[in-house]
Amino acid sequence: MRIEGKGLIDRDSRVGFRFDGRDYMGFKGDTLASALLANGVRLVGRSFKYHRPRGILTAGSEEPNALVEILEDGQQTPNTRATVQEIFDGLQAKSQNRWPSVRFDALAINDLAAPFLSAGFYYKTFMWPRAFWEKLYEPAIRRAAGLGSLSGRHDEAVYEKAFAFCDLLVIGSGPAGLMAALTAGRAGADVILADEDARMGGRLLAETGTVGGQHGPDWVEEVLGELRAMPNVRLMTRTTVTGVHDDGTYAALERVGLHVAPRPNLPRECFWRIVARQAVLASGALERPIAFPSNDRPGIMMAGAVRAYLNRWGVAPGKRVTLFANTDAARATARDLMAAGVKVAAIIDPRPDASTVEDCPVYAGAQVIDTAGRLGLSRITIAHRGSEFRIETDCLAMSGGWNPTVHLTCHKGGRPVWNEALAAFVPAPGAVAGLIPAGSANGAMSTAACLREGRDAALSALAALDRSAPDVPLPEAEDDTYGIAPLWHVPGKGGMWKRQWLDFANDVTVKDVKLAAQENYASVEHMKRYTTQGMAPDQGKNSNVAALAVLADATGRGIPETGTTTFRPPFAPVSVAAMGAGGRGKGFAPQRFLTSHEASLERGAPMIEAGMWYRPSYFPRPGEATWREACDREVAMVRHAVGICDVSTLGKIDIQGRDAARFLDFVYTNTFSTLPVGRVRYGLMLREDGHVMDDGTTARLGETHFLMTTTTAAAGQVMRHLDFVRQAYCAGWDVHCLSVTENWAQFAVAGPKARALLNSVLDAPVDPEAFPFMACGPVRVHGVDARLFRISFSGEEGYEIAVPARYGEALFRDLLARAETMGGGPYGMEALNVLRLEKGFITHAEIHGRVTAFDIGMERMISPKKDCIGKAAAQRPGLMGPEREQLVGLKPTLPDQMLTAGAHLFTPGEEVCRASDQGYVTSVGPSATLGHWIGLAFLKNGRARNGEMVRVVDHLRKIDILAEVCDPVFHDPEGRKLRA
Amino acid sequence: MPSLIAKTPLEGTWPVTHGGLTLAEVELTRVTSVSAPKVGRDLAAGLKALGVSFPKPNQFTGFDAVRMVWTSMDQAFMIGGDPSGLSGAVMTDQSDGWACLRLEGAGADQALMRLVPLDLRRDAFPPGAAARAPLNHMQMILMRLEPDCFELLVFRSMARTAWHEIEEAMKSLAARAGLV
Amino acid sequence: MRIPCPLCGTRDRREFYYYGSDDYLNRPAADAPAAAWDDMLHNRDNPAGVTRDLWYHETGCAQWLAVTRNTVTHEILGSELVADLKTGPKSARKGGEK
Repeated sequence: MRIEGKGLIDRDSRVGFRFDGRDYMGFKGDTLASALLANGVRLVGRSFKYHRPRGILTAGSEEPNALVEILEDGQQTPNTRATVQEIFDGLQAKSQNRWPSVRFDALAINDLAAPFLSAGFYYKTFMWPRAFWEKLYEPAIRRAAGLGSLSGRHDEAVYEKAFAFCDLLVIGSGPAGLMAALTAGRAGADVILADEDARMGGRLLAETGTVGGQHGPDWVEEVLGELRAMPNVRLMTRTTVTGVHDDGTYAALERVGLHVAPRPNLPRECFWRIVARQAVLASGALERPIAFPSNDRPGIMMAGAVRAYLNRWGVAPGKRVTLFANTDAARATARDLMAAGVKVAAIIDPRPDASTVEDCPVYAGAQVIDTAGRLGLSRITIAHRGSEFRIETDCLAMSGGWNPTVHLTCHKGGRPVWNEALAAFVPAPGAVAGLIPAGSANGAMSTAACLREGRDAALSALAALDRSAPDVPLPEAEDDTYGIAPLWHVPGKGGMWKRQWLDFANDVTVKDVKLAAQENYASVEHMKRYTTQGMAPDQGKNSNVAALAVLADATGRGIPETGTTTFRPPFAPVSVAAMGAGGRGKGFAPQRFLTSHEASLERGAPMIEAGMWYRPSYFPRPGEATWREACDREVAMVRHAVGICDVSTLGKIDIQGRDAARFLDFVYTNTFSTLPVGRVRYGLMLREDGHVMDDGTTARLGETHFLMTTTTAAAGQVMRHLDFVRQAYCAGWDVHCLSVTENWAQFAVAGPKARALLNSVLDAPVDPEAFPFMACGPVRVHGVDARLFRISFSGEEGYEIAVPARYGEALFRDLLARAETMGGGPYGMEALNVLRLEKGFITHAEIHGRVTAFDIGMERMISPKKDCIGKAAAQRPGLMGPEREQLVGLKPTLPDQMLTAGAHLFTPGEEVCRASDQGYVTSVGPSATLGHWIGLAFLKNGRARNGEMVRVVDHLRKIDILAEVCDPVFHDPEGRKLRA
Repeated sequence: MPSLIAKTPLEGTWPVTHGGLTLAEVELTRVTSVSAPKVGRDLAAGLKALGVSFPKPNQFTGFDAVRMVWTSMDQAFMIGGDPSGLSGAVMTDQSDGWACLRLEGAGADQALMRLVPLDLRRDAFPPGAAARAPLNHMQMILMRLEPDCFELLVFRSMARTAWHEIEEAMKSLAARAGLV
Repeated sequence: MRIPCPLCGTRDRREFYYYGSDDYLNRPAADAPAAAWDDMLHNRDNPAGVTRDLWYHETGCAQWLAVTRNTVTHEILGSELVADLKTGPKSARKGGEK
């Protein structure tokens, strides 16, 4: 119920929302949890395994029970913590893991089967009969398991990622964090203050103590006012620092748009990478429950949360509240409730010598040993000095003490340290260089101590940053005792109806942990996996320490000896969409477009992605229904008329300098220093391990000026390789390499009419005597300085004309128009592939990283007269000889038979199995010129097997045919057309 | 005699403005890579005549008509300016390989820090600073001309991707500003 | 992970391409025995501790770096430009000569 005069919510802004189909009202500043509690809703979900009715346990992101689905825009976000989700007009949420409703859930029947479903039950069941696993058990488990559901639609919302840099990152904005930010901010350091909450102030927003004589939240506002005015301080609310990484890098998740209705371009979340020279961890502490019998009913909540709901949100979660706590600090909850006029029926304190002086009954040396009220707490049973009695209550506030939130200090492999006096783990000093814990995160349990530690942490950081420290006086605040006596669990008399719950989210009980110990899963890492304690969305924040204590006890060890499991990022769940922001669909990689792109699209060419480039596959003419028809026509067009193809994507590397020729001799297997100016030569490049890296042509444009081309997909790799060779092995050489791939638009003009076509665009015609096959030189095209290369990938008389890319589109259109008047036109990747296959030219389908020069029949290209990269390794045993798979051509025996790349080769009559594998097919295509499919393949000792039949088998695509092994050059083997 | 029509990488794309930030294409007339292990007297004199000097790492010299930006070890790009009078260096034309985008307005550095993993705040990356760094997943040359004005070069073929990604960052920032 | 590039300053790891151990800098002479090539190409120590490896500043200055770091603590101890190391045996120059 709502309490008048309490809370920091905006009572002037009413907000309407819907939960489980019912409409409710709340205020701006409410979370879904506080608004539901204000409306008397206690039952918000069903537990994971046993489908037990559950209510809101906490007031923070550690919430294990109140996980709901948020519905908006036809989308569904499951497992949203109701304690974090701020309400806004029109918010729609529903409870999870129940059918048909949260009040009546059919799968609650699981709870009756609980004796059979204890920890690790699935390791001992569902095994017989074996056939039932796949058909019955697994599908049934799959349907029953899981928490929450998705809409099944793609997530098309906007997410962001961003980078930030600062001198000091302050994680948490409670008293410690605010003092740290203030101190460092006044010193002029660049500060980022991040808090996962929507409002800064931490526990000061939940408590009633004064700071510097002011009401806590007022002091917070005053400090924030000063921080907001500092240009060197950046405040980031709704930002959870999720991970500590190397070199001062912190990951953080900011909830940008989840607290309002969706609007265009507003990201839902932003994933930050923050690089901080120093950091202060002021992440506070999380309260821990006590495991007493039946401690999981709706209405049983953390004492600190009850206090927060009262003071921050003006909500009393019950009308007759009881308190079960083992610290002095927890009494404040009862006092605040009573001061607000809420009835406190009793304080149950397990410490025998605890103070009994309060404005309500106090039972010292007492424990809660049972509770009742299935869909909502109605009463508790207490054991006190040998007798038992019951108290009517609709809200039990429990506290087993506080656990400092140490997680970030352990992300780099450190473990926290057990502090006996606090009965809690605290950060190990120096666990993460540059990350200074302060306040409750460091085990300081009073406000005064937090303020002081926050300031001191900032002073340490400023010293490390070499900045002078300002004088920052400490405001006065409470410095009360903590007074804890640990109580991990209250033993029950056993039995299914008195289970003591440890991990609410995964339904793990004290009995489960003891069972794990009994079955010898004594290591905490084993206990975790065996029981699944700590593996739920709250990542054990509510159960780790208590479970550890139970395990320690059960195995006769102390808590420090039992140890903790490993803490890993992220501290709180991070959506994959946020980490991968911008990477969905086409955003995954840059899209690279040719200057001929528009013209190709206009002609209806479907595009394929080759690396990141978009290249036209074929250019369908009216009447052509399939790619094959277009491809056949384009191949014939190149062989009989003229074709134009945009080949700008090939890497082009400009190499200049007095040692350029010498450098090329070093990186290529063959010799380039002998290449005359104005000529082009085919070159083979090896990796240092003797395998082929790439092939291409290099042109000599001048005495000290070369232009290398590389395969499209290998351009980056080759550039990197050239840079490595140059920098590592060629110190002092005068050689400069620079990529010019993008600078030139380059078009292949190929076919018997190629020269005629070119002569119509060149300022001066090509003289075939002066410009023979493999010549190159400067030309002018329509008045523009260009380069012409007489090279051919098609086997026809062919040229490549390169113009500065700004003219690319214009030249392409002009060449096409002219080609069409000559019976020619554009050709795409399909035809390009068939043409080169007909000539036995290889691509990276053949040079796939495991072939040597010998394998492709080019061992003689390795010059014996000089060293080159890869030469020594290429001569190692096993990289040459008849056992190698060598490049061959393949012809199917029957005209309509298809070959497929990836098919494997076998000797006819031998079993089709791995042991008798003879090789594999790398490239195939339908040869319009020859009238049948052709392919290139690697076959064991292939060059000696010309004329032999091999069996080509592809089980995936159902190919099983015989093919003839032949020379890879199928068409015009003497190359007469090239040299016209 | 017909002449070939020249097109910039983003020919026909109008500037866009979101939330006080404006993104526009800047036409590059001429870009030359100048590579010299040592800047000799001749080269220095030639550059001086053009109004620039060989930049140190991570900076650029000159401003409007001719600018020279550091791009790698012993290498800088001259943007604008006729290189034909220069000697004492290896030069390569890069005029057509790059697209130039200008982003200006208050908070331009915040928009770029969605895509660039550098500290681009005013003090860390002041006017006159340059960097070779990635724009999301693309190579880029970045320059800060004024406190609220950046120019960046990306590959011509990736111009559309760069434009799109910067515009998305601008829109997200503008949407955030709309939240109170 | 952030790597200090001597030219560009400390940069995010994603700007770099990782090649492998600095053993790649020890290119044997053309006529060296096979074992020397095996060591350069394939045989590696795998220290839990300080190691030195080669990184290419791909989206930066395109320089190769030799980075010394500790694989256990993740501390980066330093980096140098490969070009400044002037490694590579005499055979590299011999090989290029006619």
